[in-house]
Amino acid sequence: MGKKQKELLKVENLKTHFMIEEQKAKAVDGLDFSVFEGEFFGIVGESGCGKSVTALSVLRLIPDPPGKISNGKVFFRDRNLLELNWEEMRKIRGNEISMIFQEPMTSLNPVFTVGVQIMEPLMIHRNMNKKEARETAIQMLQKVGISSPELRVDDYPHQFSGGMSQRTMIAIALCCNPSLLIADEPTTALDVTVQAQILELMTEIKNKRKESAIILITHDLAVIAETCDRVMVMYCGKIQEVATTINLFENPLHPYTKGLMESIPSLTKKKKRLNAIPGNVPGILNFPPGCPFHPRCKHRMPVCEKVVPELLEVEEGHSVRCHLYNGEGKKR
Amino acid sequence: MTEFKNTGLNLLEEKGKLIRVNVKEKKNLLELNNLKTYFPVLGGVFRKVIGYVKAVDGVSFSINKGEVFGLVGETGCGKSTIGKTLVRIFNPTSGSIFYYDDVELKNGKEQRVKIDLSKLNRKELMPYRFKIQMIFQDPYSSLNPRFTVGDIIEEPLTVQRGRRKENKDTVKSLLEKVGMSEEHIYRYPHEFSGGQRQRIGIARALSTNPELIIADEPVSALDVSVQAQVINLMQDLQDEFKVTYIFISHDLSVVKHIAHRIAVMYLGYIMEMGPAEEIYNNPLNPYTKVLLSAVPEGNPRKKVKKQPLKGEVPSSLNKPSGCCFHPRCPIAKDICKKKDPVFEEKEKGVFVKCHFPGKY
Repeated sequence: MGKKQKELLKVENLKTHFMIEEQKAKAVDGLDFSVFEGEFFGIVGESGCGKSVTALSVLRLIPDPPGKISNGKVFFRDRNLLELNWEEMRKIRGNEISMIFQEPMTSLNPVFTVGVQIMEPLMIHRNMNKKEARETAIQMLQKVGISSPELRVDDYPHQFSGGMSQRTMIAIALCCNPSLLIADEPTTALDVTVQAQILELMTEIKNKRKESAIILITHDLAVIAETCDRVMVMYCGKIQEVATTINLFENPLHPYTKGLMESIPSLTKKKKRLNAIPGNVPGILNFPPGCPFHPRCKHRMPVCEKVVPELLEVEEGHSVRCHLYNGEGKKR
Repeated sequence: MTEFKNTGLNLLEEKGKLIRVNVKEKKNLLELNNLKTYFPVLGGVFRKVIGYVKAVDGVSFSINKGEVFGLVGETGCGKSTIGKTLVRIFNPTSGSIFYYDDVELKNGKEQRVKIDLSKLNRKELMPYRFKIQMIFQDPYSSLNPRFTVGDIIEEPLTVQRGRRKENKDTVKSLLEKVGMSEEHIYRYPHEFSGGQRQRIGIARALSTNPELIIADEPVSALDVSVQAQVINLMQDLQDEFKVTYIFISHDLSVVKHIAHRIAVMYLGYIMEMGPAEEIYNNPLNPYTKVLLSAVPEGNPRKKVKKQPLKGEVPSSLNKPSGCCFHPRCPIAKDICKKKDPVFEEKEKGVFVKCHFPGKY
């Protein structure tokens, strides 16, 4: 990924905090990243690492209170989303940036038909009348691979299976032709065979629309490997490593990324024993000082306990936040 | 015939719930014969039975001592129902569950017997409940929030051998075995993370010194890095306690890692069963092959490939005719729509339910 490509989304020093029992939980703590046009960008991390909060912050869907975006800038095509008023923000949501949520069954409204739910953004953002919107809705259902869409358009979500609901969610998200699609764990609740179908659909969509981008949020590195062009690994609200997918998988630098990869059982390789990362993911209210990964890291040095490492570009397009690669102590 | 030392067993034999077997079947621990678990569906004004959800529809397999037997399949294939039927949380509709045991006769000799767990009543079942324990999927809801960790692990012990002072020591040693410390004994489940709670669940399952542990998706709710810890722990404990596992999971890579033998389920049937390596390297049933190809490999140089499998798992309320997989099968022929294939041994130790095994 060269820098010639146009930046679609640029996040600068984003900080999202939640007040929990009068304590400040730093869910997202200083994020800097960019997503380019035509890119399939992955965000990977374990539960509580802030990957979903990042997505919600971009769309400004953080419930306030208790949450608050306390700092940072989110540039979408040179407009800072965090400075827009609600009316302007509404014009962006579902229109230029749309989102697919994790639980397809719970994110569809059970009292409206599937058709009405796809028509809603079309009528709001595209000023279509009911008839045009309905026709577009049927086309969209066809595009996401639902058979006999002219019949299914009047079905209610409970008549759809998990995979079909997720396809419907994708249809809703895509109907206004957004430039950025954020998919938050789109396949986690689905079976492997259905997951493969949905990932295939998303890859197809991405290949068709060159000027738009997809952000895929997941905890599953294998899903990232099959779909994404570039990956960002998060831990404790911070970026730990950013690289192209091939680079990340063939040359992981951060001890956390390495640990994650070694702890996954593989279908093709025989491992006698998994190399688990010791310890637990720290709770959001007591992130360790210094490098947040140091209590679980096997390359721990005294400096790790005190100083938060900087995110450094070690090679072109490959940045890592770790003292091992800091300054002269560059270990390869 | 010499009577058993334990009078309860004599009664069981009279009722035909216990059968003496040859020493030859020493390896076996559990044997399912054509097990069926149906759930009635009620409907209409009078709440009459209008149909059955055939969650488990004629499943037979046997498990050897010291083995890890993996059950895999998609949602609704009946893998959890089998696990829950084995511990009689659900009662089987028909079929039998034989549990093999060595018991002492009156003349001091040992006799190998098999006991049909599906026919035992509550009281008769009690001793076998201690021998078969379960680990549940969700570590957040399977621990009583009002009990301390010590109480949770001690409860099965109290039921098994009454309130004793030694129980506390057993609890402490169990906690250490699962990688936690003595000081955790007076804490409550909410104070622990998911991985730690699953460790507590494992300690509870081990407390009665069981021979068989049924692990129902034990690592699915855990984070990737913690998942590996729990899998390693389960493998270590197996070496130490010589337990047998039935490992139920939807994650094929995890099952391949831990299991010696695997059964692939679909809509209440076992589609293919055999040694893990064999199933993964040379799947004979088209369903197994398609399922394996759907698992993302984690290799960024291989991008998403075209999926041969269309559609989703049908409802087990009205299953397709003939072979249940034929509507989605890439090589289905006419015979598949009409005739249900038999589950039989195709190669040594590999059982397949398909009209055209190995043809896809």
